[in-house]
Amino acid sequence: MTVNGAAVRADVEDRTLLVHFLRDHLRLTGTHVGCDTSQCGACVVHVGGKAVKSCTLFAVQADGEDILTIEGVATSGGLHPVQAAFQEHHGLQCGFCTPGMIMTAIDMLRRHEKLDEALIRRELEGNLCRCTGYLNIVKAIQAAAAAG
Amino acid sequence: MYTAPFRYLRAASLAEAEALFAGTPDAKYIAGGQTLIPTMKQRLAAPAALIDVSRIAALSFIRREKPMLVIGAGTPHADVAASSEVRAPLPGLATLAGLIGDPAVRHKGTLGGSVANNDPAADYPAAVLALGATVKTTRRTIAADAFFTGMFQTALSDGELIADIGFPIPLRAGYAKFPNPASRYALVGVFVAQFPDSVRVAVTGAAPCVFRVADMEQALSRSFTPDAVAGVTVKPDGLNSDLFASAEYRAHLVTIMAKRAVAAALG
Repeated sequence: MTVNGAAVRADVEDRTLLVHFLRDHLRLTGTHVGCDTSQCGACVVHVGGKAVKSCTLFAVQADGEDILTIEGVATSGGLHPVQAAFQEHHGLQCGFCTPGMIMTAIDMLRRHEKLDEALIRRELEGNLCRCTGYLNIVKAIQAAAAAG
Repeated sequence: MYTAPFRYLRAASLAEAEALFAGTPDAKYIAGGQTLIPTMKQRLAAPAALIDVSRIAALSFIRREKPMLVIGAGTPHADVAASSEVRAPLPGLATLAGLIGDPAVRHKGTLGGSVANNDPAADYPAAVLALGATVKTTRRTIAADAFFTGMFQTALSDGELIADIGFPIPLRAGYAKFPNPASRYALVGVFVAQFPDSVRVAVTGAAPCVFRVADMEQALSRSFTPDAVAGVTVKPDGLNSDLFASAEYRAHLVTIMAKRAVAAALG
């Protein structure tokens, strides 16, 4: 598979989840394991350009796919605009949910031309922030959406 | 969290999938895996082998074949929710697909997987039953009324795969659900569909298996309005009861969701 633009090859057990492959084999530990029951969204990455929960996909199922993780969104020019918006609006408290929030936000910006607060909150239903820092997370995504 | 060990096999066609299934003891098909993988992680399921059908390209399509709308079993919920080909003739179905799980789950979870699993609280079975859809499998076609046979039980035989589902186009249809706030599964979901000569009402989440409500269908046949079902109730006997909702509360919600589904259908 391709991870953040680089070709990656490995032999893994069939039962290895994509999130464990990313974290334990590739040492890309920005993708987090939160609930492990497909609810919290801390493990969201993009597979083939779409947000998925990497704790709910076996690595072998993603064989040959193009994977993007939080480590791959910034460019040499600096932070991704969504990362910059999270920084500017303090869209995080403890930071544990942040990688999943940002990957989800990038995906929702891809799918919607317009994003208002209500739609952002609905789109975030698969991402939990245990610090309950939603206000600034929503603000950050609104700002990223407004900046286009 | 790791599942029990299993062997992973990938099928390139429906025929290959069935052949692999026949030759592999204790195998299970996997499509989107959004229910199966969490179940395996909790060790509630531990198949010896998984046969991945998610890369069978012929399983993912949305096609208008008048008078039906035909959707391939491998079509993800997100595609159904976003499809203008679905939304134009059947907005209630597109809305239902957009209420399943969350955006990431909808990118992977599939129509066929949901229907074949027949979770008591899944959304799609309500639409399939209320619309009187036809389930086409690798071996035959099965009418919706004969398909859902019990909790997690369907008319599918061992190894039989759903290929696509054909939905008749009603005059109007609507879906309303009261989601479990954590899982997004339906505590109660009601799908109503009005056809020229009949109305069909299907309820999910409330009982061990999706079911129709004849009294509501008759009331709505006389007058397709929210008020027509406002006084029609189902008995709590045999309904699901858990820490989220008692059988009595679920029975109450069936009437409320039916009213909202009719209102949604009327736009």
